Amino acid sequence: MARSVTPRRKLLNTTVAWAIGLLIFFPILWTILTSFKSEAQAIAAPPIFLGFDWTLENYRVVLERSDYARFLWNSIIIAGLSTVLGCIIAVPAAWSMAFVPSRRTKDILLWMLSTKMLPAVGVLYPIYLIFIELGLLDSRAGLVVVLMLINLPIIVWMLYTYFKEIPGEILEAARMDGATLRQELLYVLTPMAIPGIASTLLLNFILAWNEAFWTLNLTAVNAAPLTAFIASYSSPEGLFFAKLSAASTMAIAPILILGWFSQKQLVRGLTFGAVK
Amino acid sequence: MSLKSTLCAATALSLITASSAFADGHSATITIATVNNGDMIRMQGYTDQFTEETGIAVEWVTLEENVLRQRVTTDITTNGGQFDIMTIGMYETPIWGANDWLVPLNDLSDEYNADDILPAMAGGLSHDGTLYAAPFYGESSMIMYRTDLMEAAGLEMPDAPSWNFIAKAAREMTDRENDINGICLRGKAGWGEGGAFITAMSNSFGARWFDEEWNAQFDTREWSDTLNFYKNMMDDAGPAGFATNGFNENLSLFNQGKCGMWIDATVAASFVTGDDSTVADSVGFALAPDNGMGKRSNWLWAWALAIPAGTQQEAEAKQFIEWATGTGYIELVAENEGWANVPPGARTSLYENPDYQAVPFAQMTLDSILSANPNDSTVDPSPYVGVQFAAIPEFAGIATEVSQEFSAAYAGQQSIEEALEKAQAITNEAMEAAGYR
Repeated sequence: MARSVTPRRKLLNTTVAWAIGLLIFFPILWTILTSFKSEAQAIAAPPIFLGFDWTLENYRVVLERSDYARFLWNSIIIAGLSTVLGCIIAVPAAWSMAFVPSRRTKDILLWMLSTKMLPAVGVLYPIYLIFIELGLLDSRAGLVVVLMLINLPIIVWMLYTYFKEIPGEILEAARMDGATLRQELLYVLTPMAIPGIASTLLLNFILAWNEAFWTLNLTAVNAAPLTAFIASYSSPEGLFFAKLSAASTMAIAPILILGWFSQKQLVRGLTFGAVK
Repeated sequence: MSLKSTLCAATALSLITASSAFADGHSATITIATVNNGDMIRMQGYTDQFTEETGIAVEWVTLEENVLRQRVTTDITTNGGQFDIMTIGMYETPIWGANDWLVPLNDLSDEYNADDILPAMAGGLSHDGTLYAAPFYGESSMIMYRTDLMEAAGLEMPDAPSWNFIAKAAREMTDRENDINGICLRGKAGWGEGGAFITAMSNSFGARWFDEEWNAQFDTREWSDTLNFYKNMMDDAGPAGFATNGFNENLSLFNQGKCGMWIDATVAASFVTGDDSTVADSVGFALAPDNGMGKRSNWLWAWALAIPAGTQQEAEAKQFIEWATGTGYIELVAENEGWANVPPGARTSLYENPDYQAVPFAQMTLDSILSANPNDSTVDPSPYVGVQFAAIPEFAGIATEVSQEFSAAYAGQQSIEEALEKAQAITNEAMEAAGYR
């Protein structure tokens, strides 16, 4: 039986949810507003919220100084391919762990997750030397591989969780009907797990898009994505807050738009199996 | 489209993007790693002229100072070859030069006139007498103060004030009701932020980082005097939260008329007298204070262009360095943007130029630079080169930790004595591990 919620309670919940939402969104809103201020207005104390002279000057300067399209293209390629590649590897891995578990499956899953606990800087030099040897420095291919490996544990974990919700009997039935392993994965499992796979892809695309340690350390000119674009406007000696905000807004805009349009799939995927 | 076709397309796309190169039609392309500050950004704007003159294209990798330092250090220590020119400072140059990681710049052309480089800059960018980086601009630190507030306080700023005068003036100028702080100084943790300031200040109090046997000296009275003087003055006359203020925060406060005095980099002079400043018409300059012990509290720094030893384009890189740090570039900027905007502090001839002498902060900048000596920065003898740093590889890590302890003391999270005790232990431990002691 559905629990009844009083209008007062509903109003309270809605207000609290909006307050939390606005609190979380406020830094992004502030960045966007600052991007339309002059440098002097950006550092004004007390801060000016809306009553300032709106200007597009910072965007003009940023676009004039930097090749935004190249950074954007690199971000799309690197985040997109690393996510797709990770998913191609993770689907069979998660399938085997979910439907053909061994005694060590839990240990393997925990071990995979534990690799995320290693500070990235601890392996910077070995990775850098490998990249030099393989000629992968400042290449998109190199970054695709590194980001795929970094996010692979999360992809496997998420897919494993979704797959566990799918009754194994359905796959058994497909096998009895003569489906091969490939057909079972592609035509039975994948369609049923689409919401989970979609949300996994989206989340990992966002993680890869925002990754700043490896993208800054392994790139120079050709493969530098939007994280490097933002970093080029940060300065400890000189006031560039408004320009930095404009660069940040331009860097997060594509991912914000993507998140906005796919929020239904994201929420559906992230809550998949959460309520039984 | 089937999944198989999608996979094939994705693989093909990745191969294409991996192998693609940016063909630009120039005879050569050099890649330069640099910091994001006004003078460097201005130089990027004039790069097309260099390309027109030489046919050499230039790619820029601009990063925040600390990120850049980590990035270029990784590349040069692994011989990664990502950059043909690196923007580095006085700290890295002698260390990297000693390790043969940089190309010596002792064969620059006669037209370049390397002898024109200010001796203090050339000395700090050399190792064993060989120049390893050409200064693009140099800086020291000095006092920037509000002439109107100083007058209202009934005081007159000497050209070379003492710390006692500065403390007195700071307290007199403070007006909490009107949100005016007598003095704004760096307190932020970080060896290049608050760490640089307090080290330079400590020189004037007779303190030093190490004795001649590389023993830490934080247990001396001189360090205690430095930190107590700083904290008492800032508690009485500094802005709220000064323990987390760095260059940008103080610049912002000064430009909004909230600081009576600010002691910081000489390059800030063009900011506080520029369009973004609300107090541009009432700013005066003076040498950084001393304490009557023969050393002033100003630092010495240069952003300089160096060529990593692994570059394949040494000749082209040298051509660029000669162009960017030569007198021709200074004239180019002066012609287009005025003499106040030329990169300061690198060449003697700039300060002999009557047009530049008319710039209000020119002479004080030169005097400040000339009064700092990286080879003799402390009252008692010390084994290191550098004014606000010790040019040893371990210093950046140690000084960052030490400055964190100092900042915690400024913020009242621990006493000055506790901070100094910890600094002493941190430094001695690190120096022992590194084999100095």
